[in-house]
Amino acid sequence: MNTSRAAWLFLAPALLVLGLFFLLPVIGALGLSLTDYDLYAVADIRNLRFVALGNYWALLQRPLFWSALGNTLYFVVVGVPLSMVASLGAALLLHSPLARCKALFRTALFAPVVTTVVAVAVIWRYLFNTRYGVANELLGHLGIHPVDWLGDPHWAMPTIIAFAVWKNFGYNMIIFLAGLQAIPVDLYEAARMDGASAWRQFRHITLPMLGPTLLMVGILTVSGYFQLFAEPYVMTEGGPLQSTTSVLYLMYDEGFKWWNVGSASAVAFLLFVLMFAVTVVMLKLGQRGDDHDGGAR
Amino acid sequence: MSPRFARSLINGLLLGASAVALFPLLWMLSVSLMPPGQASSLPPPLLPAQATFDNYRELFSHAGMGGYLLNSLVVSTLITVLSLVFNLMAGYAFAKLRFAGRERLFQGLIGALVIPAQVAMLPLFLLLKTVGLVNSYAGVIMPAMATVFGIFLVRQYARGIPDELLEAARIDGAGELHIFMRIVLPLLKPIMVTLAIFTFLAAWNDFMWPLIVLTGQDHYTLPIGLASLAREHAQDTELMMAGSVITVLPVLVLFLTLQRYYLEGLLLGSVKG
Repeated sequence: MNTSRAAWLFLAPALLVLGLFFLLPVIGALGLSLTDYDLYAVADIRNLRFVALGNYWALLQRPLFWSALGNTLYFVVVGVPLSMVASLGAALLLHSPLARCKALFRTALFAPVVTTVVAVAVIWRYLFNTRYGVANELLGHLGIHPVDWLGDPHWAMPTIIAFAVWKNFGYNMIIFLAGLQAIPVDLYEAARMDGASAWRQFRHITLPMLGPTLLMVGILTVSGYFQLFAEPYVMTEGGPLQSTTSVLYLMYDEGFKWWNVGSASAVAFLLFVLMFAVTVVMLKLGQRGDDHDGGAR
Repeated sequence: MSPRFARSLINGLLLGASAVALFPLLWMLSVSLMPPGQASSLPPPLLPAQATFDNYRELFSHAGMGGYLLNSLVVSTLITVLSLVFNLMAGYAFAKLRFAGRERLFQGLIGALVIPAQVAMLPLFLLLKTVGLVNSYAGVIMPAMATVFGIFLVRQYARGIPDELLEAARIDGAGELHIFMRIVLPLLKPIMVTLAIFTFLAAWNDFMWPLIVLTGQDHYTLPIGLASLAREHAQDTELMMAGSVITVLPVLVLFLTLQRYYLEGLLLGSVKG
């Protein structure tokens, strides 16, 4: 029997699903982003016009697009490093030979990852309630005045970042933990014999050995954080004063609330291009870092 | 730093971090058992004065929570079963069956991972609208019936199956389907469990696409139902916490029982192919 024919039969269902429900729509989105597809076109397709890059041009002149982009970048630039530091810190603690009950702690720290964003966002909305929330209650004991966490444009995004870090850090913690376990123990023993301090061991053994893992986790985390949507949808509805409207939130509102499908598709494509560019830059920087290390060794 | 001090510092930090991770979840459980209004008092109460299941009763009898729960179960189960079948078949083909263009096709699939899923959502919605699948279970299920991640995971695992085993079966005259069902599937059992729990959790927690494609309450899954309740009942903290418990508890229990498989999949999926 011909294995090649069998292979295509085995592949057919999955490829059909991916082609029909992913590849085709992605191409469609590129096409739609070049048209003025809106409510009138939804009603009657004859109202559709080709506008070339008109949607993109219009977006670049809209303040709301720039603020959505700014908010998303704020979330990525502050949230990703915080989340990686939390993950690495937790992994280092769990990896320490002095730690007890490791399995128990690992499960506890990972638990937020498997929870449903909407459900735990509802909890955080309560924890950070201005009047009855625990956050302000604790601050009150320190003599600090209540903060309107989700109602103040300056505090809403930091609160969402804190929520995202709490929810997600366990995922990368597991990957870092596996990375730490893969570092040969004799490297540390040799360093200890040379009298290297814990910090120097971390700086000169742990970090370089973890390099490829850090890069991969960094890239995956950045592209995950660019896709901010559910958190502001539930916690702030994009407010206050649009301070938590992310790029995807803008796409959702444009497309599914106002039915400006052409414009919304352009938003989606700009986000994709941005994410792609950031990934490429991170890969390049990572490779250059590698060469540098290689030269030093 | 004395070893004794280092030991207490490390375990103290782990204890503190675990408390921060678990506190919101435990408090959610506690508040969900409080009578209406108790959570909105100062200082915020940690435990209910008198535990009551009234909030749960209210959710199931008046807020349609039973329906959302059922929808979530149906949708997540069907997605898990169907995508498991399709991903296993495709992953096995990529790993063990020779055909022209295999590597290039696989590289193409992996390359497609850089495209965020949301790019496809607007045209997908219009597509499903023309065929009348908006606001149906099928609208949520069909796009999730195969994933690149799942295919990748199965391929990684299936590459460990020895070729001799398959060749011997072919020489004995077994058909490809027979080989897949009788020899390959039993060997793939561990990755099947891993992929199943991964897919189920992802389907259960999925938010944006169901929010878009489910336009009527009758088909809402738990996250969508909860989000809509949260907008209507912003002030009923106790009720919302009970809703969160119903949404989170099934996946949390599932994770705790099958934790080993889940974490294995997480690591397999993150290692570069």
